[in-house]
Amino acid sequence: MTDTMAAAGPVPAGPGGKSLLLGAALFAVCAVAVMAGARYGLLLAIGLGFGIALEGLRFGFAGPWRAMILRREPAGLLAQLLAIGLVAIVAIPLLAAHPAELAGAHAPVGWSMVGGAFVFGICMQLVLGCGSGTLVNAGSGNAVAAVALPFFAVGSFLGAYNIDWWNGFGMAPLVVLSGTGGLAVTLAGLAAVALLAVWFGVPGGARLPRRLWIAAAALAGLALLNLVVAGQPWGVVYGLGLWAAKGAVAMGADLSGSAFWSAPAQVERLRESLLTDVTSLTNIGMIAGAVGVSLWRGGLGSAVPGLPAKAWIAAIVSGLLLGYSSRLAFGCNVGAFFSGISTGSLHGWVWFVAAFAGSSLGIRLRPGLGLEGPR
Amino acid sequence: MTRKPVALVVVLAVAGVLALDTAVSAPPNPYQAPPILALGSGLAPGGAHCSAAGS
Repeated sequence: MTDTMAAAGPVPAGPGGKSLLLGAALFAVCAVAVMAGARYGLLLAIGLGFGIALEGLRFGFAGPWRAMILRREPAGLLAQLLAIGLVAIVAIPLLAAHPAELAGAHAPVGWSMVGGAFVFGICMQLVLGCGSGTLVNAGSGNAVAAVALPFFAVGSFLGAYNIDWWNGFGMAPLVVLSGTGGLAVTLAGLAAVALLAVWFGVPGGARLPRRLWIAAAALAGLALLNLVVAGQPWGVVYGLGLWAAKGAVAMGADLSGSAFWSAPAQVERLRESLLTDVTSLTNIGMIAGAVGVSLWRGGLGSAVPGLPAKAWIAAIVSGLLLGYSSRLAFGCNVGAFFSGISTGSLHGWVWFVAAFAGSSLGIRLRPGLGLEGPR
Repeated sequence: MTRKPVALVVVLAVAGVLALDTAVSAPPNPYQAPPILALGSGLAPGGAHCSAAGS
């Protein structure tokens, strides 16, 4: 989101401030490595990398979709497809070669999955932030994202709580595009979407600025590191739901009524430290990375826009729905779209179509909810 | 109001989540941590992911 800059403009951190930021990041990574283990310290570092790449290079998901739908500017979407393709080239063969050690973001296509992705698409345009975007925007001081984030976590917890009921509406068998053939189909699909985007885009709009080339390569590298280190792809939503679930348990809630949260694997996650949870660590890293970039640039001096009350209510409801719908959809733009497609899951493609359709609606709803500001 | 207090609140909220977690969770044991890389470890991935399709 674009905020009005304060009169003085951004004042980047001085050499001392920059050293302090680097030192704090290094200290946090080393502290987690010492307290929990080297893998977890490395995962925090990977999360920091995601946050720095996303905020520092202004790479996003919701904004580029908005640009494509409203102004037919395909560059941001093309950068997303490029990053996904780069990951797929390595990840799909890697998953085929090491099935016992690595897992893809594989999930079935189902009615609630499609509906969840559609609702997520609406809401990601309302708050102009998806899974990763909400974390990064909140870390960079975006008030709408900061308000939406806790409700995103609660929604993710509640969505997981009810996920088995929603799955009862019907799911198709799991389809995974694996091996050389699966990689070829995935790359052909990405190329087809890219060609469509260029075809529908404005003339000259397909030229990617340098920052997006760098961002796509950086995100691809970090996503592959995530897979190799954690044994699973980059994700966001599960970690947020776990935070809310831990809060609920701390307040005395009994989660035995949920088939999901009472499953042995989830009971173990609820008992174990967040410093050993993969998505929690990368989520924390993303927020911290965005804070660090904002401090480095001096970007926290810009003014928070004044919005009407209905906009803040819309942010709260959207946050809740972002979390809830993304669990039904088996992931957000990261866990389903980015990681699903790049590891060969058909649900990632279906998620993309449904969420893009939802985004078209969300863009139309945004002005009426006051989210474009008091104009 | 600028973005600074908003970012500060977000940082404090994350710190609060970690503090709560420290109070209610088992402390991590670095001596039982898995190898630094899952690839080549011979171990099945143990983490949870948002693509998990329920129980």
